[in-house]
Amino acid sequence: MHEFATTLLEPEPVAAHSTGKDHEQALLAKPLAGRAQLRRGAEDPPLVRWALTLTAILILTFLVIIPVANVFAQALIDGPGVYWHNLVADADTRHAIVLTLTVALVAVVLNVIFGVAAARVIARFRFPGRTLLVTLIDIPFSVSPVVAGLCFVLLFGLQGFFGGWLQEHGIKVLFATPGLILATSFVTFPFVARELIPVMEAIGPDEELAALRLGASGWQIFWRVTMPNIKWGLLYGVILCNARAMGEFGAVYVVSGHIAGSTDTMPLRVERLFQESQSAASFAVASVLTLLALVTLALKVGLERQTRRQIEQGSESKFQGEH
Amino acid sequence: MSITVRNVSKRFGNFAALDRVSVDVPGGSLVALLGPSGSGKTTLLRIIAGLEVADEGEVHCAGEDITRQRPGERNMGFVFQHYALFRHMSVLENVAFALRVRGRPESSIQERVRQLLHLVRLDGLERRYPSQLSGGQRQRVALARALAAEPRVLLLDEPFGALDAKVRQELRQWLRHLHDDIGVTSLFVTHDQEEAFEVADQVVVMQRGRVEQTGTPQEVFEHPANAFVMDFLGNVNVFHGRVQSGRARFGSLAYPCPEYQYEEERSAAVYVRPHELEIDRNATGEGSLPARVQHVIAAGSVAKIQVLVADSGQDLAIEMSRERLAELKLQAGDSVYVFPRRAHVFCGEYCI
Repeated sequence: MHEFATTLLEPEPVAAHSTGKDHEQALLAKPLAGRAQLRRGAEDPPLVRWALTLTAILILTFLVIIPVANVFAQALIDGPGVYWHNLVADADTRHAIVLTLTVALVAVVLNVIFGVAAARVIARFRFPGRTLLVTLIDIPFSVSPVVAGLCFVLLFGLQGFFGGWLQEHGIKVLFATPGLILATSFVTFPFVARELIPVMEAIGPDEELAALRLGASGWQIFWRVTMPNIKWGLLYGVILCNARAMGEFGAVYVVSGHIAGSTDTMPLRVERLFQESQSAASFAVASVLTLLALVTLALKVGLERQTRRQIEQGSESKFQGEH
Repeated sequence: MSITVRNVSKRFGNFAALDRVSVDVPGGSLVALLGPSGSGKTTLLRIIAGLEVADEGEVHCAGEDITRQRPGERNMGFVFQHYALFRHMSVLENVAFALRVRGRPESSIQERVRQLLHLVRLDGLERRYPSQLSGGQRQRVALARALAAEPRVLLLDEPFGALDAKVRQELRQWLRHLHDDIGVTSLFVTHDQEEAFEVADQVVVMQRGRVEQTGTPQEVFEHPANAFVMDFLGNVNVFHGRVQSGRARFGSLAYPCPEYQYEEERSAAVYVRPHELEIDRNATGEGSLPARVQHVIAAGSVAKIQVLVADSGQDLAIEMSRERLAELKLQAGDSVYVFPRRAHVFCGEYCI
């Protein structure tokens, strides 16, 4: 959905799928003016352009704008007072909001560590099983979240592999926060790694080798050379990962046991309130989730604009310097 | 500080990148590793730098065995072909990198960076980013960065490979002057013999993971050790003939080669550089090949003439001064006689 929406909203081809680093390369590779002219020559006739634009706007209106606007309309149907009351008065709803933010935060931290490590291994080394690893990273994208949740039930449930041992030692994984974190991390772990692998491959190992030659230690290389180069890609991955972590329903539904005030996250809370016919309360919680998604989207757009501006400033000062 | 490489071998799977290679780089000298691609010259440089590990053999620096040292411990400056500048750092930060990771005080870093940028003639560009510099400027930043921590040795991997011809020419001379000024032992890799001859004190010619010859540019050019070196160092005309009892015969020509005293005839290749072939209008007493002028290129500092040998049908390239050309008044289609003033005879081991 993300990709689709930005592709339609963003007219410049370089902005659609790429991260900040790709922009930089695309923009530096050719003068901007030459690029624009090149595109104009290949453009479609006006009629086709208008028809396509109109279709896109219509589809967006029906599939995105109206439903999203409706969420807020339904939430606010009894006025802002009731809306606010719906959100904060119910202890279970408050708990769900805090729990969602906690789980998303932990999942994002875990996935940053995992994603950076995996991207580094895959982009920098050739080893047997490398292709398999790349494929494995994609599994959470192709497996249904419900199935993913069931896998964890089979592993950590009372009848599962670790179930007995965990119970003996008094550790609760299923129907508790650790289970939610596990399921959420599993579902979201491709985002950071997927975002970073192409970035790291494009940058290549030369700068890291140069730093090594200049006497930097492993950590110095990572913090001073690798990190600054991948930071925009990483942030982008974090934003996507976080959006998915907060919105995850299927996997979390299976492992949580759906216990109000204990393991209900926001999406689960929305569903429960809806089932209990408290539609205004349900939409209120849904609106918070939607709001978080919109903030995420805004951050993402801002991030792209920020990197682009930096590059433009960079090339401007180049031209000034040469005169 | 001197570098000594002793019997270093390196294999990549079935491919022998280096086969018992030994090289001496005397302290304070500028040495070129010269060879075609795949000759192992870059692998050797990377082994000296510690970026690759030798399967066998030893590397010494100033008498100290550094074979097992990690690259960071060796304190050698390394300049990459594609610069490998830190793209998110300014020129100043790039040059200061080696000093900062060593925890030097910031005041001395600023001073040192200013000195280095003056040395590489990039004063005033401290705040620029690599993307705002030209190729030649980037390469000079890379050099300043490599020199920052006062390395024992400077290693350069095809330092001018990615630059266009004119900039390359300028940077070569500049590198030579820089080396004369600072005197750091330097080793650079190149596949361009002209570059090696112009810059280096010593040239190490490599092929297929072996050292073919080591010497000053003049030694290597005047007295190539074998047919490969002869062939690699510039254009050459090859005649196929026979050697017997110290004489080589090819076509109707004979040339003395006292180093081959075989009693029975053996096949041999006779190499003659274009400027060592002489043209005359009349046959000479010593024996000469009748030929026809195909093409005369008079543009350039020397005139280039292509001739076709009448009986064998072989093409020969000949170079002569423009004065000599004016004297002979050669034109395409003229009948002439060709004979070598000097030739190199190689028997057996190498064939084209």
